[in-house]
Amino acid sequence: MSESNGSPVLEVDRLSVDIRTPSGTVRAVREVSFSVRSGETLALLGESGCGKSMTAQAIVGLLDPVAHVAGGAVRLDGTDVLTLSPSQRRRLAGPGLAIVFQDALTALNPVQTVGAQLAEPFRIHERLSRRAARKRAVELMERVGIPEPAARVGAYPHQFSGGMRQRLLIALAMALHPKVLLADEPTTALDVTVQAQIMKLLRELRTEQQAALILITHDLAVVAEQADHVAVMYAGNIVETGRVADVFARPRHPYTRGLLDSVPAEVARGTTLKSIPGSPPDLHSVPSGCAFRARCPMARDVCAEQRPVLVEAGPGRMSACHHWRELTDD
Amino acid sequence: MLTFLRRRIASSAIPLVVVILGVFYLARLTGDPSNLYLPLSATPEMRAEFAARHGFDQPLLVQFGDYLAQVFRLDFGESLRTAEPAADAVLRAFPATLQLAGATMILAILGAIVVGSWAAYRPNSLADRVASFTSTTAASMPDFWFAIMGVLVFAVALGWLPTSGTESAAAWVLPVLTLLIRPFGVLVQVVRGAMVTALSAPYIKVARSKGAGELRVVFGHALRNAAPPALTVAGDLTVGLVNGAVVVETIFGWPGIGKLMITSILQRDFAVLQAAVLVTAITIFALNIVIDACYALLDSRVRQGVTT
Repeated sequence: MSESNGSPVLEVDRLSVDIRTPSGTVRAVREVSFSVRSGETLALLGESGCGKSMTAQAIVGLLDPVAHVAGGAVRLDGTDVLTLSPSQRRRLAGPGLAIVFQDALTALNPVQTVGAQLAEPFRIHERLSRRAARKRAVELMERVGIPEPAARVGAYPHQFSGGMRQRLLIALAMALHPKVLLADEPTTALDVTVQAQIMKLLRELRTEQQAALILITHDLAVVAEQADHVAVMYAGNIVETGRVADVFARPRHPYTRGLLDSVPAEVARGTTLKSIPGSPPDLHSVPSGCAFRARCPMARDVCAEQRPVLVEAGPGRMSACHHWRELTDD
Repeated sequence: MLTFLRRRIASSAIPLVVVILGVFYLARLTGDPSNLYLPLSATPEMRAEFAARHGFDQPLLVQFGDYLAQVFRLDFGESLRTAEPAADAVLRAFPATLQLAGATMILAILGAIVVGSWAAYRPNSLADRVASFTSTTAASMPDFWFAIMGVLVFAVALGWLPTSGTESAAAWVLPVLTLLIRPFGVLVQVVRGAMVTALSAPYIKVARSKGAGELRVVFGHALRNAAPPALTVAGDLTVGLVNGAVVVETIFGWPGIGKLMITSILQRDFAVLQAAVLVTAITIFALNIVIDACYALLDSRVRQGVTT
């Protein structure tokens, strides 16, 4: 995990996403900012519904029809991709930004051979012939560790195991050596031993192709093992960012600290597991001020009055808590 | 694939015999043919002679046995009315029906794919609502009314199209349009529904993430997944047309199998009726086998008998 040089390849700048619901429009992602450099892994950490997947889909331009970007910029090598035309964005889909979705079982088209699906990026972007694209597909399958790729290139998705399908999806995303790869909970549908293999493969490919990896996850262990930096999300906001080692050792937001305290590894048998009381706010009625204050042991009057913004909270780290200083002494 | 076809053909044999049996007995419920073919003044002896000549004096079971034996030798008997072989009459009428059904279904399917996909592309958009309204109207349109109105407007009032015949291309317009309207309406709704489901599947997002254009996404990825339900319904509708579009063939004087069946029932022309039903039934069984083969071609999971 090297501290890469130069400017970030991807900068997300105050990105907001709105969702239309039957009871009105809600803001699912609120002015989210982060950046990532080539060869580096950033983890977007948060619980279900915090907006992390929505953020990823907004970056690659694949939001569901009910959701839309309400503001902000997504700069890839300095160019705001949100201002590009659909055909310009399609040209970037693959070589610029690529994504691995979480459900490997449904992410492959059931009626097409995996070879045809893996060949498609080459057919679309490099205009290769069927034969040449198929050859590249076999090479990709070999690279991600599918046994007997030449024999299985004509097989259908249902003939592969869950882990193999996730490898195929990773192969697909990495086919054109994207500058930024987003992986949205790439291992949730898999069993534990396979999870480790998939994470290893992702890390290898990231290093090999010098891509920037954005890992979307709710799993603290995955963050600790895989990521260089972490951005913690809560109710559509980023509440804390920093190097993983720093954030995990000395969290500077009460939500991050709550998450870390809930990890069972540090609890002796017989004692009650710690957890964060309450549950995340309904996006229809996010409270004023800090979205976390109802569950926060440190909440005071100012938390209801002022929405905290990310401020520098030590070298290379940010926190969106009015009282982050009180957390520095732990 | 071959085993699959063999099994399907074998399982069609029994229903086919049941169809023959049913038609054989039901046809004879229409009455005694000698009432129609002999003068009113015919003596009982003349009637007996007529019955004996055509084998109607035998017990029904014996008649059926004889008929089955004939059919196995591909002898379908002779028309009571014209004395020509029944098979000739049927084979002369059948192509007209098949052509009409074929032209209609090809247009209906192509039209439904375009309109249904277009409507499904943006659910609840104006395009979708227009397509839904139009297809519901089309699906519930009575074809005899549409046929008569078509003749009235385009043939009688405007004089653009002929009222009947099969020779000129213009003569095909009204019959095809009349037959088309209901299958088109039904298929648009089926295609739309299946496409809405297919287009919201995760693999569609994956296809877009590769930079696939929208045409490729809709027709390359979604359509094939949406095909099975549309295929089922299209098969059903085709069966209805092959059966003989009785109303349309009558209104437009189309010399097809539907018209032949009606005529042979009215004439108590048993041999022709039986041959017509038999040929239609075989066609329908064949059609079902073709449809099953299409499922298998579309989806490898059907081919391999996977249940997921």
